[in-house]
Amino acid sequence: MSVADEAPPTAPMNAVSRRFARIDSSFHNITRFAAFAVFGVLIGVIASLYLGALPSIDKFGLAFLWTNAWNPVTEKFGALAQIYGTFVSSALAMLLAVPIGIGIAIFLTELSPWFIKRPVGIAIELLAGIPSIIYGMWGLFIFAPVLQTMVQPYIIDTFAGVPILQDLFAGPPFGIGMGTAGVILAIMILPFIASITRDVFDGVPPVLKEAAYGLGCTRWEVLWNVVLPYARVGVTGGIMLALGRALGETMAVTFIIGNSHKISPSLFAPGTTISATIANEFAEAVGDMHVSALIELGLILFAITFVVLLTARYMLYRAEQRSGR
Amino acid sequence: MTVSTAKYDRRLWLSRIMMALSLISAVIGILALAIILTTLFQRGFAGINAHVFTEVTPPPGAEGGLLNSIYGSLFMTGLAVVVAMPLGVLAGTYLAEYGRDARVAVLIRLVNDVLLSAPSIVIGLFIYEVMVKQMGHFSGWAGAMALAIIAVPVIVRTTEDMLRLIPDPLREAATALGAPRWHVISKVAFQAARAGIITGILLAIARISGETAPLLFTSLGNNNWSADPNAPMASLPVTIFQFAGSPYENWKDLAWAGALIITTAVLLLNIVARLFRNPEAKR
Repeated sequence: MSVADEAPPTAPMNAVSRRFARIDSSFHNITRFAAFAVFGVLIGVIASLYLGALPSIDKFGLAFLWTNAWNPVTEKFGALAQIYGTFVSSALAMLLAVPIGIGIAIFLTELSPWFIKRPVGIAIELLAGIPSIIYGMWGLFIFAPVLQTMVQPYIIDTFAGVPILQDLFAGPPFGIGMGTAGVILAIMILPFIASITRDVFDGVPPVLKEAAYGLGCTRWEVLWNVVLPYARVGVTGGIMLALGRALGETMAVTFIIGNSHKISPSLFAPGTTISATIANEFAEAVGDMHVSALIELGLILFAITFVVLLTARYMLYRAEQRSGR
Repeated sequence: MTVSTAKYDRRLWLSRIMMALSLISAVIGILALAIILTTLFQRGFAGINAHVFTEVTPPPGAEGGLLNSIYGSLFMTGLAVVVAMPLGVLAGTYLAEYGRDARVAVLIRLVNDVLLSAPSIVIGLFIYEVMVKQMGHFSGWAGAMALAIIAVPVIVRTTEDMLRLIPDPLREAATALGAPRWHVISKVAFQAARAGIITGILLAIARISGETAPLLFTSLGNNNWSADPNAPMASLPVTIFQFAGSPYENWKDLAWAGALIITTAVLLLNIVARLFRNPEAKR
């Protein structure tokens, strides 16, 4: 039961209560104004991006989405390479981060003794606090050279001649590129997946687990057959939130993806993403059409993350309904 | 009759292998943090000296520091917080105290979530369109506004969450004593939720002080000393981006020094925010 809404004044009011009533209603209005300002910002973002993108939308139409062209000189633009790069780098990141993140959550909820639980939890959350530009620098100066000299040549040699894999890991070893970006993104979203999964696992009623143990299940069987099915919706929601992060991540990717507008099947080849292209080109964009095309990229990115977020929210909402909170 | 344990052994081993994998995952997570922080501290401390804090960004090859970037970051982050704090706290108050489960509150909550997860570079584009393009030039004001828009949803969210943790009987008791609604909120609910709200603001500061993408084409960056918010303004993240991508050794060293300064500040803010959070508020 919430506090009653403004009770209508009954007795004749004296000066003090009139003043109070006035302050009351203005306070209510101020907070309401602030809340609607938040709403206004979203409308403003959508409207201004749409207006900014309009010249490009008019000129290229829907074909912008599946044309692979990026030439500021001839003013021919199509976003396929950027959209491809955005999804591939994020997919790679999810492929790595989801199992490891869930692994960390399992460790934290089922395995670790209490005195390790807290420090590990804090360490994982600190990982989330490091600014993305630091991941970018680290990826460029530390991680990429190691990949280039020690890992990639070996992988390229190993898979040379194996169908499909030789295309996936085709040289030369640059160090930077699509695969490197995927790995760095994976490290960045790991904390989100781990901490949300941990929270959802913690919400599984102990009775369910105890019942399964009582039937003689092993720890893994309890997790696989009881905890995971129960937590599935919540975990998926958390994963979608992390996916939204990965899709929109800018600085780390800009450093290490190589910024090439070519689509290549090789994970070692340089590529680009929507956000990396905007970050690299916007401040020095030549011509209005270039600017407009970049803004349309931003609009597409916003639309993608919007859909991902709505899906995530819906799933987390369903999970909450189920756990009866 | 002999009992075969082979099947049970297999199940047990599968379980052990999976648990070992989860242990390995945790080790990977910790190692990632450890390796990143170690290299950051090594390279960062190598680049840090007194000049970093007293001189402005140098031309390639010359000696210099990050004074203008540090000032710009502090100024824009500070201004962003000054703008975002009242807006965020008030909007959060509306959602928690007045709106509650009303349809409009549900909608605004969703909108806030959308802004919370919007890519920061998109916010940069928005501010470019509404401020930089209209004013005709890049400016510190625009950078600060971009950061403020990123901070607002964080503050709204935590303020609402923290106010919602305050039990209603507390409000009812105050109301029963004759306190008007604004008094109940400002003197009772805010007091009780203060630590949590401050935590939210600190986390918002931590979030925006490392942001680079929204500043790239709002405040742009500036290699000279400039305290004029109406002109392009340097900031640590943008300077790091510019210097780290350069071929000059002294610029790279400064980039690492800047990276160390920012990371230390952000992690400290995170830790302080954690200390501030009262134990009951822990989710």
